[in-house]
Amino acid sequence: MAEFTLPKNSRIKKGKHFPAAADAKRVKTFQVYRWDPDSGENPRVDRYDVDLDQCGPMILDAIIYIKNHIDPTLTFRRSCREGICGSCAMNIGGTNTLACTKAIDDFKGDIKIYPLPHMQVVKDLVPDMTNFYAQHAAIKPWIHTESPPPPDKERLQSPQEREKLDGLYECIMCACCSTSCPSYWWNSDRYLGPAILLQAYRWLADSRDEAKGERLDELEDPFRVYRCHTIMNCTSACPKGLNPAKAIAEIKKELVGRQSL
Amino acid sequence: MSLRSPLAKARNHGSARDGVHHWWNQRLSAIVLIALTVWLVLAIEVAASGGFAASRAWLALPWNTVFAILFTLSAFYHGQLGLQVVIEDYIHTRWLEVTLQITVKLLALLLSVMGTLAILRIAFGVAPLAG
Repeated sequence: MAEFTLPKNSRIKKGKHFPAAADAKRVKTFQVYRWDPDSGENPRVDRYDVDLDQCGPMILDAIIYIKNHIDPTLTFRRSCREGICGSCAMNIGGTNTLACTKAIDDFKGDIKIYPLPHMQVVKDLVPDMTNFYAQHAAIKPWIHTESPPPPDKERLQSPQEREKLDGLYECIMCACCSTSCPSYWWNSDRYLGPAILLQAYRWLADSRDEAKGERLDELEDPFRVYRCHTIMNCTSACPKGLNPAKAIAEIKKELVGRQSL
Repeated sequence: MSLRSPLAKARNHGSARDGVHHWWNQRLSAIVLIALTVWLVLAIEVAASGGFAASRAWLALPWNTVFAILFTLSAFYHGQLGLQVVIEDYIHTRWLEVTLQITVKLLALLLSVMGTLAILRIAFGVAPLAG
């Protein structure tokens, strides 16, 4: 059955409180999910009061401030801090997004920060992305061709053909969409999820690719594609403003388009 | 514990090469049901206004019989397609899933045949006239 309650060892307990310095004027409280696999304890939510005059404007700035100045044990992923690498995807204020491109000012009251939903947690805000990346590898996300390339230049694509990749190539694989999708929560072992399906469509839409049929064969499955019930959480979650739900709809159109009805 | 690689797990048993017709038929039956539901809402208004005998006579009119049977068949067909998806989504205990899938499909078949028979008996005037 789908799990609607957390198992006993996953129930979240109240954690520690780290108050700000007494002379801090602009204080914001961050409630952060903490779990240490080595401690044997249940996860907890620690509360950090951050002096906003001491840290940058983004959620990631606050998290880095917490790690550098308040609690060095806080664990999270981050790299580019400008919305390109996708490392700092997490659930902030109840929505999956990138910590680096989300402003602290966007939130009223305490800001709750949790790892991406329904993923195994490695530690604190770090989810286990193994299955997600394996699913990406499974769709063979590279160009498939049989015709040899022109001897003197690269494979060409008209500007109109190139335009078809807009809204697809920008995906940074942060997994905000897939982990906001209830279908992916319940069936991520068999459903590919919005991020991987958008990537799959990126190759279906590429005029230079010669394996559309084989790609569609691999996708044509009650679980791999058709667990999408157009819930649209993916599209509202995407921090890059992309539309995975539309990409999935295009895949469904391709699949139905090659059938006799 | 499993030592299968993540890629082997993700690929699993491969693609079933299926699902398109389920998806298409679900949408097609939904469109049919929208039209028939409009008919049904208007029909109940007319049928219920004249009492029992008038309702029977109304249902026995050929087009009304046809639409009523079509509504019964498409509603149960669409319903079992939808329930199939709900069960696939949420029930991950294999024996329970298989049992439920078979039960839902057989029940939908039974109820659609029963409904059709009831409508036909009224249409052909062989149903008992009261209670």
